[in-house]
Amino acid sequence: MMARARFVLFALWIVVLATTPLYAENYIVRTAIIISMFSTLAYSWNLIGGMAGYPSFATAAFFGIGGYVGAIAQRNGVPMVLAWALATVVVAAFAAALGAILLRFKGHYFAVGSIAIVEVCRLITSSWAEVTGGGNGLNVPLLRWSPDAVATLFLIVMLVLMIAAFVMNVAVGLHRLGFGLKCIRQNEDAANMAGVNTTLYKVVAFTMSALFCGTVGAVYASWVGYIDPTDSFQIVMTLKVPVMVLLGGAGTIFGPALGAAAFVILEEVVWVNFLSWNRAILGGVIVLLIFFLPGGLLKVPFRTLTRHLYGRQRADLSP
Amino acid sequence: MSAPVLELHSVSRAFGGVRAVEDVSLTLNEGEIVGLIGPNGAGKTTLVNCLTGVFPPSSGHITYMGQDVTRQQPYQAARRGLCRTFQIVQPFPEMSVLENVAAGALFGGRLYSLAEAREAAREHLAFVGIEQFADTPASALALANRKRLELAKSLAMNPRVLMLDEVNAGLNSGEIDGALDLIRKISERGVTILIIEHLMKVIMSVSKRVLVLHHGVLIAEGNPNEVVNDPRVIEAYLGEKYAQRIREMGDA
Repeated sequence: MMARARFVLFALWIVVLATTPLYAENYIVRTAIIISMFSTLAYSWNLIGGMAGYPSFATAAFFGIGGYVGAIAQRNGVPMVLAWALATVVVAAFAAALGAILLRFKGHYFAVGSIAIVEVCRLITSSWAEVTGGGNGLNVPLLRWSPDAVATLFLIVMLVLMIAAFVMNVAVGLHRLGFGLKCIRQNEDAANMAGVNTTLYKVVAFTMSALFCGTVGAVYASWVGYIDPTDSFQIVMTLKVPVMVLLGGAGTIFGPALGAAAFVILEEVVWVNFLSWNRAILGGVIVLLIFFLPGGLLKVPFRTLTRHLYGRQRADLSP
Repeated sequence: MSAPVLELHSVSRAFGGVRAVEDVSLTLNEGEIVGLIGPNGAGKTTLVNCLTGVFPPSSGHITYMGQDVTRQQPYQAARRGLCRTFQIVQPFPEMSVLENVAAGALFGGRLYSLAEAREAAREHLAFVGIEQFADTPASALALANRKRLELAKSLAMNPRVLMLDEVNAGLNSGEIDGALDLIRKISERGVTILIIEHLMKVIMSVSKRVLVLHHGVLIAEGNPNEVVNDPRVIEAYLGEKYAQRIREMGDA
């Protein structure tokens, strides 16, 4: 019952996001695109960080590589959608190869190793000027449509990716893969001893977590029309995505969407109202969330909370 | 007895300069219960780790059902039916007791659906007598029941050879009697059991054959009564001086 209500809320949320071009201004539509983009990234991260318990900070590397592969393909005359597909395949292959090496590390070592990948990718794209344009970045051919039509197209594409990433999470959760990942998160040695091929499962989860990051990166490049190394391989993005998932509830099916939406909206509000202090305020918010909501928004005991408030009111009324 | 299931040919395992297991050769036959004893640090658990792929042996080789399994990974050992329980219990703490056992059935027992695995898990829980805790989180169980959970989990993997690493340590004598019954029942199913234990009562009552490990070397092998009277075994456990005194008392 509870789960069904959440599915309905999720579907409603998709409808709200999808219909923004009909009633809202451009800024809101843009925010909706950003929300669905980050939701896709958050759902992707949830597979490796939430389900398998491997805190990956490689999101921005997959996003950036996806963007560059898509951009370079499009500049060489590959149709847009094919370029996106190509970016997805390349990023997945990269993640599979990388995962086989990186997933030998555990805990902090894995986190540090994965964050280094982002930096290495940024340095390579900055230096390899003949292919990537170096620090000048790359222009991507723009769609010759009206700005509103372009925004609507990219909103729909990002939403489709978000739904795909969501479905992937649900499917993995129901499959033995999800069960095996849950075992790995709780006790990797015991999982191995119980017959889980831990190396294979981790590499599969890591590859799946990279898949849509690559697509999103390529779609983003087509949307904004220009990419450069610092914008594509942002350490801030790689940190934001896990924070979103933790904010919503790691390892849950609805947490990533909730966390991504809450975070993007919060960021926009802070950005608009406190231009020079926004990073500091966000940092403070993150610290507070981790202290007071370690299980994420989905784990807030709303029922106990209301009962508590209600109980206090009654206590006030009594003489 | 019957055909050999597991054979070790001069297996050694060193950690740096420490030789935890040295040149051990032994055979486990189908359906027998073999006791493995030895003082603390004798290399008993290391030997089990070698057999289940946790640490591959530094030298020597291991044959299981005629197949060389020296370099196997732990998950391969589990799927082949070489299962173990841990001296220090290793549950998945946030999962329910039932899910813990279902994990064993699904991955080690090679069942393909979660529903089937749960069904099997329920049977194994009933067999070890903790079905009433099926929905409790594994971390909430008391020690005796955690040990039973370990047992149920390894049974769910459909073992041919079951290695019990001190499943009775820390239990009271009533609980031990219960555990002994379980071990006998498992053996009746045709499972070969290697039981590591410090409690001589347990070893003497269930095993037909006892192996003694000391400083990583197999120093004695035979039926339980022979082994406890073997001077080398007494020396290993009680020290040279004390063994000497017993010998003199015997001579006098």
